[in-house]
Amino acid sequence: MLPLVLANLRRRPLRTTFTLGSIVVAFLMFGVLGAMTNAFSAGADLAGVDRLLVIHKVSLVQPLPESYRARIRQIEGVARVSSATWFGGVYQDDRNQIPTFPVDGEEYLAIYPEYVIPPDGKERWLADRRGAIVGRPIAEEFGWKVGDTIPLRSNIWRREDGSDTWELNVSTLYDVPEAGGDPRNILMHYDYFEESRGRGKGLVSWYIVQVRDPSQAPRIAREIDAQFANSPFETETSTEKAFAQGFVNQIGNIGMIMTVVVTAVFFTMLLVTANTMAQSVRERTPELGVMKTLGFTGPMVTLLVLAESVALTLVGAGAGMLGALAAVEAAGPLVRQYLPVWNVSAEAWPQALALAVGLGVMAGAAPAWNAWRLPIVQALRQA
Amino acid sequence: MAGSRTFRQVIAVTAMNLRNLPSRLGTATVAIVGIGGVVAVLVSALSISEGFRRAMALSGREDVGIVLRGGSADELSSGLSLESVRFVTDGPGIVRDEQGPLASPELYVIVDVPARSTGTKANVPLRGVGPGAFGIRRAFRIVEGRGFRRGMNEVIVGRGAASQFAGLEVGSIVLFGRTPWTVTGVFEDGGSVSESEIWTDATVLQGAYNRGTSFQSVRVRLPGPGDTHALEAHLGRDPRFNLTVRTERKFLESQSSILITSVRTIGSLIAFAMGVGAVFAALNTMYAAVASRTREIATLRALGFGASPVVASVLTEAMVLGLLGGVLGGAMSYVAFNGLQASTLNFQSFSQITFAFTVTPGLIVTGIVYALFLGLVGGLMPGIRAARMPVTQGLREL
Repeated sequence: MLPLVLANLRRRPLRTTFTLGSIVVAFLMFGVLGAMTNAFSAGADLAGVDRLLVIHKVSLVQPLPESYRARIRQIEGVARVSSATWFGGVYQDDRNQIPTFPVDGEEYLAIYPEYVIPPDGKERWLADRRGAIVGRPIAEEFGWKVGDTIPLRSNIWRREDGSDTWELNVSTLYDVPEAGGDPRNILMHYDYFEESRGRGKGLVSWYIVQVRDPSQAPRIAREIDAQFANSPFETETSTEKAFAQGFVNQIGNIGMIMTVVVTAVFFTMLLVTANTMAQSVRERTPELGVMKTLGFTGPMVTLLVLAESVALTLVGAGAGMLGALAAVEAAGPLVRQYLPVWNVSAEAWPQALALAVGLGVMAGAAPAWNAWRLPIVQALRQA
Repeated sequence: MAGSRTFRQVIAVTAMNLRNLPSRLGTATVAIVGIGGVVAVLVSALSISEGFRRAMALSGREDVGIVLRGGSADELSSGLSLESVRFVTDGPGIVRDEQGPLASPELYVIVDVPARSTGTKANVPLRGVGPGAFGIRRAFRIVEGRGFRRGMNEVIVGRGAASQFAGLEVGSIVLFGRTPWTVTGVFEDGGSVSESEIWTDATVLQGAYNRGTSFQSVRVRLPGPGDTHALEAHLGRDPRFNLTVRTERKFLESQSSILITSVRTIGSLIAFAMGVGAVFAALNTMYAAVASRTREIATLRALGFGASPVVASVLTEAMVLGLLGGVLGGAMSYVAFNGLQASTLNFQSFSQITFAFTVTPGLIVTGIVYALFLGLVGGLMPGIRAARMPVTQGLREL
């Protein structure tokens, strides 16, 4: 039977190729769409995270006092705390904006082990008050090398002497793991920043808290917020991923609207493809008559027709989904900075399988039914 | 006159071909719907970026200047002392009326307000304005309720913000941090980005956010469109303050460039990928069309018609299908999306902007051009095959 199916598919190679092509494209979209839908609608509770982010309750833009560091550290179950502050780095031209963060050196690196830094680089940074850890791509872009001193302007802060430029020594470069991360940051020492800034002393932008036991994270988050309730600086603590997802949610319904549009088009494309496939079977009615004359029974001919169309959709769907997987993974390191949940979901595979079989059966059903009941004489007369 | 004969042949064959297009309705629909879907996606995506452009870049006024601290790309990162604000407003290059210079020192902070569409919190701008703000924004008017009273914890809400974010109805009380604010009115401002914002009295906001007497920007009425020269020269006179002035239009253009570009890029990428799928559908349709006309084409060739009229007729048919698809897709996205209100995060200003999907005639033309292109690509190979078909073999076919 298989040779017959293959022979039929090879009958009009161009048509088979193009039909297959549109099925592949449709399922490629289906896979990428699934990733998009997931990314936009992913829930805030992501398990297995041990990092919390503490921000001002009104908005991330409002600062928090430095004194909170010690008070957060006293909460049971908290392993490490580091502050981070938005520096607003600019190099030479206003267009060269580099996200730069004054952080608590050793604590910060301990909380973020995913920064890939050579051990001697880490030592150099910790030993140098003006040291900075620089993402490799930006160092390459501006031609900085370890040991260089770079004048970095802030578009927010001023030094005590009124200047807006901090001199930083490049202590080391960092890389990000394959899983993703932002490779375009600069980390500098909070102490150096704090002692030299002219205004806003004692204020930081947010705290990152590492907890000992991720299962305790919700309790610790509640305790941190309770600790500072009714103070002038109330806090809102969430897991790091929930925070990132909060930003994705801010993109709002336009993400969903676009997803809906593309989904609608996806189904339309499947319908038209099914139509093409149905037509190619109808054209072969006389042939089916010949097969019946040769002794093929009605059910066998029906099965043959269905097998042909399902084989086509399955191959197309498989190739499309693999393409989607490759595309999603290839875009992963870039996209995950903005959309933390970004993958072809596990549910997408059985869904694609069901869709492919459904599509194949739908395209083959009417002709297959005809093939079953087709009187031989009538079929042959159509020739 | 060989050229004109070929031309007459092209017309004749094409017309004949198009006249019997309805008999191939089934396969033709496949191409039309496929291409239509792609155009619908392209036009919808572009209508989002057009909506941003209307709300931001195009809504900026040429005769309004915005003064920020030098080096600040946005209002959020700018900061101006009371002294530098006075230095600005005392200067030349600002229109004055009987009450003094038309200038509004402003404060710009972000508050978390839940979005209606998702229920999750969104960064909504809360702007403290000076009394001069309304004279500078000439399109400003209250459309519901009343304005805020100076010195009171009262806010007015832009029309876009009122429709997109929850809990901002006139008369309701909203809590930003621990400070309660009463919503007293809804305003519009000629469809500009201000309509995404919440406004209050700048002095009240300074108190609520521990800002002392500092501001973040000064908006001024310029003597003429784009006429920042006098003010610029004045600001340059005292380097202590380090101030820059731009027209509001230039400022808003720079604030929205990344958002507009990224939506366009993503939309075009999706449309390109889907276009590949649609070309497959069109190829199938056109090969089927050529196959069904095999004998007809062979007969024409036998009668002395050249190859080019045959190619042209196939290409024309493909492009007519593309055109129909393009019109269909453009019309669908217009009906479904034009005027739809939405909001999103502008990373550059770190705050939400509300906008309306805007399907312009230009976008529909873009969609139709893309559709014609897809039709052309889908018709080219089948057309060449039709022309190359050996006449004798074609005549022998059924």
